[in-house]
Amino acid sequence: MGALLEIDNLQTHFHTSGGTVKAVDGVSYDVNAGETVAVVGESGSGKSVTALSILRLIPKPPGEIVGGEIRFQGKNLAFCSEDEIRSIRGKDISMIFQEPMTSLNPVLSIGMQLTEPMLAHMDMSEADARERAVKLLEMVGINEPRRRVDQFPHHLSGGMRQRVMIAMSLACEPKLIIADEPTTALDVTIQAQILELMKNLTRDLGVAMIIITHNLGVVARYADRVNVMYAGRIVETGTATDIYHRPRHPYTLALLKSVPRMDRPRQEKLDPVDGQPPDLTRLDGGCSFRPRCKFAVAKCAESYPPLEQMGDLHFSACFRSKEELAEIEL
Amino acid sequence: MSEAQASAGKDYGSQFRGEVSDEILVTVKDLKMHFPITEGVLIPRKVAEVKAVDGLDFYIRRGETLGLVGESGCGKTTTGRCILRLEDPTGGQIIYDGKDICQLNGKEMIDIRRKVQVIFQDPFSSLNPRMKIGDIIGEPLRVHGIITDEAKRRERIGYLLGRCGLHPDFADRYPHEMSGGQRQRVGIARALAMEPEFIICDEAVSALDVSIQAQVINLLEELREEFNLTYLFISHDLSVVRHICHRVAVMYLGHMVELADCDELFDHPLHPYSQALLNAVPIPDPELEKTREHQIIKGEIPSPINPPSGCVFHPRCPLAVDSCKKNIPDFREVRKGHWVACTEV
Repeated sequence: MGALLEIDNLQTHFHTSGGTVKAVDGVSYDVNAGETVAVVGESGSGKSVTALSILRLIPKPPGEIVGGEIRFQGKNLAFCSEDEIRSIRGKDISMIFQEPMTSLNPVLSIGMQLTEPMLAHMDMSEADARERAVKLLEMVGINEPRRRVDQFPHHLSGGMRQRVMIAMSLACEPKLIIADEPTTALDVTIQAQILELMKNLTRDLGVAMIIITHNLGVVARYADRVNVMYAGRIVETGTATDIYHRPRHPYTLALLKSVPRMDRPRQEKLDPVDGQPPDLTRLDGGCSFRPRCKFAVAKCAESYPPLEQMGDLHFSACFRSKEELAEIEL
Repeated sequence: MSEAQASAGKDYGSQFRGEVSDEILVTVKDLKMHFPITEGVLIPRKVAEVKAVDGLDFYIRRGETLGLVGESGCGKTTTGRCILRLEDPTGGQIIYDGKDICQLNGKEMIDIRRKVQVIFQDPFSSLNPRMKIGDIIGEPLRVHGIITDEAKRRERIGYLLGRCGLHPDFADRYPHEMSGGQRQRVGIARALAMEPEFIICDEAVSALDVSIQAQVINLLEELREEFNLTYLFISHDLSVVRHICHRVAVMYLGHMVELADCDELFDHPLHPYSQALLNAVPIPDPELEKTREHQIIKGEIPSPINPPSGCVFHPRCPLAVDSCKKNIPDFREVRKGHWVACTEV
């Protein structure tokens, strides 16, 4: 059996007055059933655009999926009809957004928002859907679910709203949940609660998950595999252990070294990545990390390095991965 | 209390972070900031209060970086705003260099405002989009009449931009032409323009991407050494605070629950809230994370309108006993320079 979701050479571009922004420029990755895959990258790396492309939530114009395939259970979502994608969106694939403050409708009760996908996708009566909504709220750890179901988002705290979002994403028994920065807007103690909840629920229900984040720490505990993105491409992919302990791409290495860590002795100076991320309208044919890279050589300007195998599941897109970077252990 | 703290906390144990003098620059005594909640349009009457800050005592030494950590709503930003006198505190004293700034009149405040600057969190909303970068940085110089000569002012702006790692040509650009990291450097250059002594960094690096964050943290540290600055570093990011601060104060619901030297606090946190907070920080190491025990703290932060009686942390506290519901714990010194507000440790 193939993977649950296969993204193959996805290209999503935005046509703006300043030129074409190649937000996603040839991204490929798989998600197997029940697996948690993390996509890590900084703002503008294309991690969210990839996720939005899966559900065809890219506003068009200016955005457009210009190439590649997104196969979900054999069906190509990138170019299927609007009706087909609607039957999958919220049912087989659901989404958790970053901002629990803005992603819930302020004028609809929690119950209405929770039952909406069930009424749309599952053959359910309103009473049954309401019962299930109460059960879901209980499942995500909201106390007094029967009272909460009639409340409105402004009655709830940020952490509670994110729990409601998780309940919504689980409403139609999805096979895949895409969580776009699910804990970024939350405080650390609440973040720990939410991550633990998401891990337990996805494990118990056998749901696959894509977690998109900029925080390397957040996914170390939860991800089976990690994809690192930079300037619209995956630069390195591997198991969490590969990425955190044996990074082979200079960007991954630089990212890991630039964060102060609680578990290591304090350094005198942080080791930042110099320079700025590139302008996505002005990419040349070479490696886009080249101007900031400590390992860059002449060859890096000539062509974009392909993903090369480093280990079992470990791939890195750098000409120097097997040379200078081959022995690095963190 | 602050003098006792000062004499006790002499052993900084903070390598890499430079010398700190014993001179105290800012003392905060029993600071209270309550915001009224009113009802009625024509004749508003007070129906309740948000106790954003409810009795803080601490001091900051000259040349030191004091970290103020806590979750949203704990009052850390309000504390910073009170020291800037952007709020008029409900009670208590803020003594800056021997003067109680709450008692100063407008004219006397001008002098303080020159010496105390602030760097805000959001580099997108803290720069006026209609002003050129040069005008943003030069405005305080012009307003305070420090450099009246246009050409000299431009020269100074160019120097400040350069010192913050930007090309002097940026002076003629607008904020929208710059990235988040560049804008935050402009915010820092603006704060430096007045040659301040004391800078309040309110989540100054929180909005930045990790690779850019490290650049800005290094810049802040270099500037502290070069210009002999004192920082109040307000942040919710504990790993950044551990990196940059000499001493750290932990706040919860308007109260200070723990204050200690940075290494002491991170190696031996005593207050159950500090312990939970440190434990909740994810570590980028999959093996360590999978085996590490997570003591996840239950419940949510209560409302500061109606805070719990006694110790404000007791409803979520694993150590709570009956007396915690009634008695407000003293902020006491348990070890040299290590202060904690808990009776059970």
